[in-house]
Amino acid sequence: MVARAGPSHKGDEVQVTAQRYADVLVVAAAGRIDHQNAEEFKATLLPHLESCGAGRDQVVLDLSQLEYISSAGLRILMIAAKDARVRQGKLLAVTLQPVVREIFEISRFTLIFEIHESIRDALLKISPAALAAYESKSL
Amino acid sequence: MRIRFWGTRGSLPVSLTAADIKDKIVAAMLGAAGKSLRTRPEVESFVERELPFAVSHTYGGNSSCVEIDIDSGDYILCDLGTGARPFGQHVISKKGATPNTFHVFMSHLHWDHIMGFPFFAPVYIPGNRIVIYGCHAAMEEAFRRQHSAPCFPVDFAGLGAKVEFVRLEPGKHHRLAGLVVTPKLQRHTGGSYGYRFEHGGKVVVYSTDSEHKTDDASSTQEFADFFRDADLVIFDAMYSLADAVSVKEDWGHSSNIVGIELCQLARAKHLCMFHHEPVNSDAKIASVLQETLRYEEITRGDHTLQISSAYDGMEIVV
Repeated sequence: MVARAGPSHKGDEVQVTAQRYADVLVVAAAGRIDHQNAEEFKATLLPHLESCGAGRDQVVLDLSQLEYISSAGLRILMIAAKDARVRQGKLLAVTLQPVVREIFEISRFTLIFEIHESIRDALLKISPAALAAYESKSL
Repeated sequence: MRIRFWGTRGSLPVSLTAADIKDKIVAAMLGAAGKSLRTRPEVESFVERELPFAVSHTYGGNSSCVEIDIDSGDYILCDLGTGARPFGQHVISKKGATPNTFHVFMSHLHWDHIMGFPFFAPVYIPGNRIVIYGCHAAMEEAFRRQHSAPCFPVDFAGLGAKVEFVRLEPGKHHRLAGLVVTPKLQRHTGGSYGYRFEHGGKVVVYSTDSEHKTDDASSTQEFADFFRDADLVIFDAMYSLADAVSVKEDWGHSSNIVGIELCQLARAKHLCMFHHEPVNSDAKIASVLQETLRYEEITRGDHTLQISSAYDGMEIVV
């Protein structure tokens, strides 16, 4: 038996927070994203991508606290990925819970997003400065 | 209601290649290695029970054509893709040249949904009556144009059967062919129409060539209502969600994920994935079915949704 992941129930919420490490913004999404709150997710996520671009910030999506995402939420992630690509920036996803990883695989969003097992792995790939800042804060 | 799938492939009919058949035989023989299969019943039992469907069978390659059998004496179809050819042969082999009435509900007039009509043998037999229902103004023109030079050697005027065209109004409940039929406009280039068929307390929805915008809450609710409590939803699940919202956005088709979400909202009982991508192999379609079953499992609330993937020759009784 798996944890409830499916259709939303009243009171489901999504929270989006951001933490800067040098030239990388780690944006964390927590909760559940479905057709009822996808627009709210969009409104809170997309402003964080405005500084994303070549020679500017890169963005890492920390999904460790995301319990479920529906097609409506995945569509927002697709918009974010396209937006980052247009700006020639990088948008990576990290630390997907098992259910969310399965949803990414079934929906083929694994072909859209570069996925890493941890924030550290992602920073190691895209920014030594951000990795250093992350590790100094983690100490 | 007994639903028979005569054509389940999307966009373009396809067939297995010599290499595909060889691969299936090799996989079957490897599966049989070490087993004692000496008689035909033993072999058939092994094939049916132990081999994966994608090895022992095929999803088929005919384009859209679905029969709804309510034991009324008349024939009822959705669309006239190339699946109409084997359906026509089936009718003739069963009933010979006796006159029959065929009621056909057209989702739309794109090529893959009408291309079986010139090869639908009953259309050449005098005494047959074929009533084609749809919501498009150009319905009769599309069929006549297909049956004229340079597209086809036999002109529409030379058909033996009596062919009638009946325009339906979307959103209205029509009493036709022993069914209550409600058409609904769907998002597809040129427009397509889904049909909700009700008979004897059962509901079957035929909804193909339909794109769903997941950010359109009112449309989502409309389709949830259209599918409401259906015993079976035949659903265009041609693409992955990632394709449907990126490179194939606005191509007019949907995904397995959206099919599940809409059926869960509607509390439909059975989702049957339909209009398979022509490039997908049997193994690929089977793999998508397994993933879709898993997606239903991990998103299940208090309502269980049965999932299947249509194949040419499949029957579902509701």
